[in-house]
Amino acid sequence: MTAGMATGAGGRTVVTGIGLLTPNGFGLEEFWQATLERRSGIGPLTRFDATRYPARLAGEIDGFDPASHLPARLLPQTDVSTQLALVASDWALQDAKVESGGYADYDMGVVTANACGGFAFTHREFHKLWSQGPDSVSVYESFAWFYAVNTGQISIRNGLRGPSSALVADQAGGLDAVGHARRTVRAGTPLVVTGGVDSALDPWGWVSQLADGRVSHAVDPEHAYLPFDTHACGHVPGEGGALLVLEDADAARHRGAHQVYGEIAGYGSTFDPPPGSGLPSGLARAAELALADAGVAAAQVDVVFADGAGVGELDRAEAAAINAVFGPRSVPVTVPKALTGRMHSGAGPVDICAALLSIRDGVIPPTGKVTRVPAEYRIDLVREEPRTARVSCALVLARGRWGFNSAVVVREALPR
Amino acid sequence: MVITGIGVRAADSGSRAEFWSLLTSGRSATRRISFFDPSPYRSQMAGEADFDPLAEGLTPAEIQRMDRAAQFAVVCAREAVADSGMDFSALDLTRVGVSLGSAVAAATSLEQQYLAVSAGGRDWLVDHTRVSPNMADYLIPSVMPAEVAWTVAAQGPVTMISNGCTSGLDSVGHACRLLREGSADVMLAGASDTPITPIVVACFDAIRATSPRNDDPEHASRPFDASRNGFVLAEGAAMFVLEEYEHARRRDAHIYAEISGYASRCNAYHMTGLKADGREMAEAIRVALAEARTDPSAVDYINAHGSGTKQNDRHETAAYKRSLGEHAYSTPVSSIKSMVGHSLGAIGSIEIAASALAIEHDVVPPTANLHQSDPECDLDYVPRTARECPVNTALTVGSGFGGFQSAMVLRSPEGARV
Amino acid sequence: MSTITIDDLNRLLTEEAGGTDNGALTSELVDTEFVALGYDSLALLGIATRIGKEFGVHISDEVLFDLVTPRAVLDLVNGVARETR
Repeated sequence: MTAGMATGAGGRTVVTGIGLLTPNGFGLEEFWQATLERRSGIGPLTRFDATRYPARLAGEIDGFDPASHLPARLLPQTDVSTQLALVASDWALQDAKVESGGYADYDMGVVTANACGGFAFTHREFHKLWSQGPDSVSVYESFAWFYAVNTGQISIRNGLRGPSSALVADQAGGLDAVGHARRTVRAGTPLVVTGGVDSALDPWGWVSQLADGRVSHAVDPEHAYLPFDTHACGHVPGEGGALLVLEDADAARHRGAHQVYGEIAGYGSTFDPPPGSGLPSGLARAAELALADAGVAAAQVDVVFADGAGVGELDRAEAAAINAVFGPRSVPVTVPKALTGRMHSGAGPVDICAALLSIRDGVIPPTGKVTRVPAEYRIDLVREEPRTARVSCALVLARGRWGFNSAVVVREALPR
Repeated sequence: MVITGIGVRAADSGSRAEFWSLLTSGRSATRRISFFDPSPYRSQMAGEADFDPLAEGLTPAEIQRMDRAAQFAVVCAREAVADSGMDFSALDLTRVGVSLGSAVAAATSLEQQYLAVSAGGRDWLVDHTRVSPNMADYLIPSVMPAEVAWTVAAQGPVTMISNGCTSGLDSVGHACRLLREGSADVMLAGASDTPITPIVVACFDAIRATSPRNDDPEHASRPFDASRNGFVLAEGAAMFVLEEYEHARRRDAHIYAEISGYASRCNAYHMTGLKADGREMAEAIRVALAEARTDPSAVDYINAHGSGTKQNDRHETAAYKRSLGEHAYSTPVSSIKSMVGHSLGAIGSIEIAASALAIEHDVVPPTANLHQSDPECDLDYVPRTARECPVNTALTVGSGFGGFQSAMVLRSPEGARV
Repeated sequence: MSTITIDDLNRLLTEEAGGTDNGALTSELVDTEFVALGYDSLALLGIATRIGKEFGVHISDEVLFDLVTPRAVLDLVNGVARETR
């Protein structure tokens, strides 16, 4: 591969490697098994004493020991969200078996999404500044917190010098990152590492997440986050996410890539009309843009991985959007994040991974512990057990606070 | 893609006109920090904007909910929209998008909030009963591009680009990509940062990146000077109305400049350090020029990153020589950070505004405070005095923590003066 | 004002910047360049601040980046400490 190899518009963009860490899965296959078996990662917060706070359940990744995955020198300068992202990108690149020298450095980029930045890290620094004084602030604060940190650190660790970026769009950002990564591949960068990882499970990060008014105050982990359920009472925040290796399909074939999970076939993004306008949300339109971009008709979609806010009015609006695109009860819908909590920029990429595995294994995962869906939603929510089904095309949806709507179409790879 | 509307706020720049007036004056607007007591800090200066939200037309409700950086972005967006003469109500708003850059977003509000919930830094287990209802938006700042979208009810692609100090360049580059691929017809693009708050001052103190020349705030920002000793932190914002050239022509819009090329690379070297050879910045410049189909010899003006640190100014001088060859020696280069300071993610957009105005007026802004020449920085940096000369093609570059290196080429609109 | 030892330096570097890939900083490594040990300019800046607080010696910008080995840091800090005794 020579530097600046043009891949040309219209080339297919495929996923050749995945690294994933979620509250119910240390790695892709562990996550998938847990998801199919409805094993939840939601439980009481252990990261700090949360007894005084009105919500105390989170999706924590327990037992993550960064020292056993990363060099000692990286640890003082990285927030846990960056440590998770570095491990995930290590796993993704190993999974894709990208050999050193396989691509020129300018032919590999990084596009991540971030929502909270390195928040636990910066909370510690704020605390030091105000309790000990300015000269206690770490030399690493200047870059350990800001939103581009994961893109920067992944780029440095792996020598990736191509066009790179960091996007912020709340929970929709993860899909925007994948969409922009695909745009970058199609514009001539044959490999782009993409996805998102977020974590804000320190006390200040926690109360900040609670401030959005949508976090569940339930005390029973089994019933705290029930998207599309009659008893939906909010969501549970989670930490984690996924990094994926996206490649131009021809370039991947040329370098002898041994596996292709599937294709990122289409992407669309819209923003809602201003609050109070009375106009409908732009979610259906984002879905339609993604389908048109993929050249896929609604009838060809085998499953929708929904945003799944877990708040009544938001669930109702999402159901209405799905029905507007597909017709009532016309496509299976699922929300595997009911078992992990909402992971901010990690949510969309993890849903894409679940979509890819549902294609691989011909099975649609269930929506956590959801049991009863209001009839008026008129959606076919897969719940209580996985559903065997031929899946060749999936639609992934994500919404961000204040009106962000993003959609990605995932499709099985064409035969070689 | 062309720029048809510009809004700017920065130190001594309460409008686009005041901004250009400052730039051509060669005067530095950096001063001793007045927003809080800077005496405990190593660097005690900043480029502060005298920004009165009510006078700028923001409502009390907007002021109450919006972090300062969001306020700057909205005010600049409104100035750009008015400047463009575009009737947004006549547009298909599903094809109007926003691309907003910011490096540290709601840092100012985060710090104020922190003090409230932690009892001045005493409590690790913060008090949730003292949390502002807006705190979720300070944690996750994508409300900022949302606020900009609401100024025109944009319903197309809306996003925030947060690439550290190249955010403001990259957000505009991103907007151009969306226009080119047909995802939008009009983009509100730009960047905003208001980082003059203790945690940010302290974090740059820790790595000695900011100038400690506190006895002389008006001359502390001295890019390319042999005695330079760091950048001066600042706040600011710039927003643009961007549209495709024919779209602008059809409505007889005033066009400041065309954005003819954009590229970005990463140095994959160090989160804050730069190698002396400028290799990756040179590559970004080369690719941007190639996209613009512009030969290095056609570049009339380089708007530098020029932050005023020892390592940066040396790094980018090397990058210019590497990418432009001999032409680096005969092309005027200047850093407006010498006058408005370094507003992190915002400055890339503010520098695009400066470049577009340089093209509009055929005037190259100077590098203020440049007196002592440095053998490692031996190009023409337009010391102290603005220079009238034809500016038909401008190159602007940025470099940022994380290793980001970006370059953009602007060109005077077709049919403009020779 | 106390003198600084290689063990002090090892502690400061480890706390500030993590351990080296070669294990603890010992007297055998006192002439190995920081860069070779995996410590960058940020690590030096970090320990410079801590040395200022713990040992009362301020390391100026001009001098800091000339300190390329552990021995250079020890000599500087102990030299200044000796002078001011």
